[in-house]
Amino acid sequence: MGTKECGHITASSSPAVGEAGRTGDWRVQHPEFNYSVCTPAKSNTPSCFRCWTFCPDAVISKTIPPKVNLEYCKGCGICSEVCPTGAITMVTEET
Amino acid sequence: MSSATSQKKNQSIRETRIMTANYAAAEAVKLCDVQVISAYPITPQSPVVEKLMEFIEQGEIDVEFVTVESEHSAITVCISASAVGARVFTASCANGLALMHEQLHWAAGSRLPIVMAIPNRAVAAPWNILNDQQDSISQRDTGWIQIYCRNSQEVLDSIIQAYKLAEDVMIPVMVCYDGYVLSHTLMPVEVPTAEEVKSFLPDYVPHTILDPDDPKNINPVTLADPRVNAEGVLCHGYFEIRYLLQEAHMRAIESVAKIGTEYGRLSGREYGILDHYRDEDADLLMVSMGSLASEAMDAVDRLRDEGMKVGIIHVRLYRPFPAEVVARAVQKTGCRGIAVIEKNVSYGYEGALCSDLKAALFDYDVPVFAHSYIAGLGGRDVKSSELYDALKKSCAYCDRPRDKQRKDQEWLNCRI
Repeated sequence: MGTKECGHITASSSPAVGEAGRTGDWRVQHPEFNYSVCTPAKSNTPSCFRCWTFCPDAVISKTIPPKVNLEYCKGCGICSEVCPTGAITMVTEET
Repeated sequence: MSSATSQKKNQSIRETRIMTANYAAAEAVKLCDVQVISAYPITPQSPVVEKLMEFIEQGEIDVEFVTVESEHSAITVCISASAVGARVFTASCANGLALMHEQLHWAAGSRLPIVMAIPNRAVAAPWNILNDQQDSISQRDTGWIQIYCRNSQEVLDSIIQAYKLAEDVMIPVMVCYDGYVLSHTLMPVEVPTAEEVKSFLPDYVPHTILDPDDPKNINPVTLADPRVNAEGVLCHGYFEIRYLLQEAHMRAIESVAKIGTEYGRLSGREYGILDHYRDEDADLLMVSMGSLASEAMDAVDRLRDEGMKVGIIHVRLYRPFPAEVVARAVQKTGCRGIAVIEKNVSYGYEGALCSDLKAALFDYDVPVFAHSYIAGLGGRDVKSSELYDALKKSCAYCDRPRDKQRKDQEWLNCRI
């Protein structure tokens, strides 16, 4: 089946999760959390969330503990940079 | 009140008025219910916009005019306005048109039916404000349709048809006419009534609309391959979207002819893809675009009087290039050769029209010669006698054997 059935003559997208494609494919490293030093996980209170604040792709949840959606995480490593307790380590993907 | 009444009365009868091609362009825009105009002044385009401003000031048209600081912004405003569903107009030429270049690709790729008037002018360097067609020819591959006009009447009629065409095939259209030679020359022009144009031109229905209630990202990064969107629909990759533009261009050739015929029923002036002058039995054809094709009529008459069978084919539609139509038209005359006289050059080769024409003749197996003449760059006057000399010179090649008919490119009246 070809693409003509989509009915469009130009490129457009509607706001939706994953509309830009599975950007997780782009990743060469992924973040791993050490919840024993992660502030909200350790204190069991909604606190810190610097990883959630700074994630440019909004793939980290504001939950206890914070979690990463690896379908869309591009592996930029900003979360790891901004984490004040060093709870996030970037780990190279296995190929 | 009385002026409003007389104004209304004027709109209900056809009038023949004396006007320049620039004013004819403005009159056409006035008749087409254009909603947004954005343009930046550049000689010789300025009177188009000045006249439109006058219409707005006098309350004759209800248009949002957006003043901007450059041509790049002018076309960007047109793209945005067209994407939210407005019928839009702009005008530019020369270096101003060159400054629009990137956005011309955006307009065509977004399939927005923008109409732009181009009073053709030479592109610097060196600075020159006079006429040639290098400016629009340089925008040939941006994906816009290009129509060339021979007089003010054709400018008015072609802009009205351009909206119908653009909105039919969803491709932006440039209506090109020679700067000064046409843009500033007074000629009689019959102006159709507003009602007539309204009956000819339906409202603009956009294919995709930017609407806050239905948010969309238009022209997101689109990689080469098709992909499934969030709703699970397989969408085009960049390649497919570009193919659709090409497909629509090829379809537009037929649309131009259909719309030209329909306009003929409305106005009594039928338009086609080509215009012909005394070409039925010609041995030699002159092929050209714009005012040269009308100016050469005198030279052709003189040659005919002297017994030389010469005629003219004016290529009205340059992009999409009507290759089959042109090749068949040349074949039908039974001519032996062609002189392509044009006001542009694809540097390092020859006139752009000549190359396109030769490719069409080759493809449809029409074995006649085609000589490339470059004329009138930077407003260099092209006299009827010079056209006469050029055509006569090419005529002399008609009786030669096929392998002796090639002639080097020639720049008319180059005094180097």
